Amino acid sequence: MDTLPEIRKSVQLGYSEKVAEHTMQAIDGAVDAQRILDEGLIAGMTLVGEQFKAHEIFLPDVLMAAKAMHTGLDLLQPLLVKEGIPPQGKVVIGTVQGDLHDIGKNLVGIMLKGAGFEVIDLGNDVTPERFLEAAAEHEANVIGMSALLTTTMPAMKKVVELNKRGKPAQVFKVIIGGAPVSESFAREIGADAYGFDAASAVDRVKDLICED
Amino acid sequence: MTPLLERITTGDVLVADGAIGTMLFERGLRPGSCPETVNLERPEILEEIAALYLDAGAELLQTNTFGASPLKLACYGLEDQTERIVERAVQAVRAVAKDRAYVCGSCGPCGALLKPYGDTEPDAVAEGFRRQINSMVNAGVDVICVETMVDLREAALAIEAAKDIAPSLPVMATMAFDATPRGFHTIMGVNIEQAAKGLRRAGADVLGSNCGNGSEGMLKVAREFQTHTELPRIIQPNAGLPVQTGDQTTYSETASFMADCATQFLAAGVSIIGGCCGTTPEHIRAIRQAVDGR
Repeated sequence: MDTLPEIRKSVQLGYSEKVAEHTMQAIDGAVDAQRILDEGLIAGMTLVGEQFKAHEIFLPDVLMAAKAMHTGLDLLQPLLVKEGIPPQGKVVIGTVQGDLHDIGKNLVGIMLKGAGFEVIDLGNDVTPERFLEAAAEHEANVIGMSALLTTTMPAMKKVVELNKRGKPAQVFKVIIGGAPVSESFAREIGADAYGFDAASAVDRVKDLICED
Repeated sequence: MTPLLERITTGDVLVADGAIGTMLFERGLRPGSCPETVNLERPEILEEIAALYLDAGAELLQTNTFGASPLKLACYGLEDQTERIVERAVQAVRAVAKDRAYVCGSCGPCGALLKPYGDTEPDAVAEGFRRQINSMVNAGVDVICVETMVDLREAALAIEAAKDIAPSLPVMATMAFDATPRGFHTIMGVNIEQAAKGLRRAGADVLGSNCGNGSEGMLKVAREFQTHTELPRIIQPNAGLPVQTGDQTTYSETASFMADCATQFLAAGVSIIGGCCGTTPEHIRAIRQAVDGR
């Protein structure tokens, strides 16, 4: 039996135990770790992202799928490390200074991890300086900022400006999102991308990293 | 004062107040700081806002306790202050309302996700609501409003806490819906039929929706609620959806537009009409006039 479709399906349905079972089967069957990751766990989570985007499923389903995906990832991690498979890229995320709304940001974090990115979540009320320090410290590829309060959106502009003043090697790609944020606002403040929702944020981050 | 439920059941339509958050920011609340700190530090602002809405014709005045569950206050290290924060908020509104308006204890989501989606046990969420609501009841609210909920289980925990602490106090419960291609749902996937049934089962006396939609979306929500419940309904739309230009945020719906919509809410059998994000005393005044002129 091919275990990869089973892993995908179990991630999609949020069945943690099944994901663990099939991931172990795949590992024992000497399926390539990279394939288990890409064609099993990440592919399952990508389907979940698409369904969420199309309003076919809701937040609880995404949260359960993410939990299931992580069960598999935990089993796979030692192999990935051993085989020297790097994560797709590193993303520092956070809700900007003055804002404590984090459901959207957490969701983006879950989806990014699901897509194989290493995510450094700085939490809420993150100062512009902290975003840049963390990105430099972790050698991140992308900074992702979220805001829900319209009053905190100017803080995004501050991060973009600080970022552009950095040394060339320490200028990061910046993506922004959140209910009051728009594509035109992203352009206006000079951000590199705008994520309309969690799933498209992941697509944009992939694009940004490919541009590098 | 005639009890709230008695007035609604005899066909009266009540007007509730509008947004509080934006009014607090205009009066110097630092974005990102806990909105409930105002209750401890500058309660006179709460009285000023309540007075503006009372003057505009609101008969339900909300307390600034939306985020006053100790679970949420813990994000700011203020959980030990829960009782004082709630009591001050109720006292400030009561000082203005006296017996001319109902003091409505606001109870928003606690900010934690319930198991299995998150890590929080239902008992912890229930205990938080009990502390918050107990303080409201001790300080003398006339009605409790469990609002902006997205998870039906969380809403039920709050409603049940209220009914357990003060069985004779009316409880209103509202959820925030998004328009999706499959109809209105909360982000947790609750549709209007499920909300109507679930909120009623938990013990709500009045139910409906706030936030998430402007007047036109809310009108559809109100009509759908009408088909799923016999209970009185409350509707509090946003003044449209926020529009950002530069550093400025504006809401598109004018007071007169919302007043026009108010008459359509009445036609959909709504008993209480108020406002959420972006609404001002000006909007409430116009809604009041529309309701009086029906």
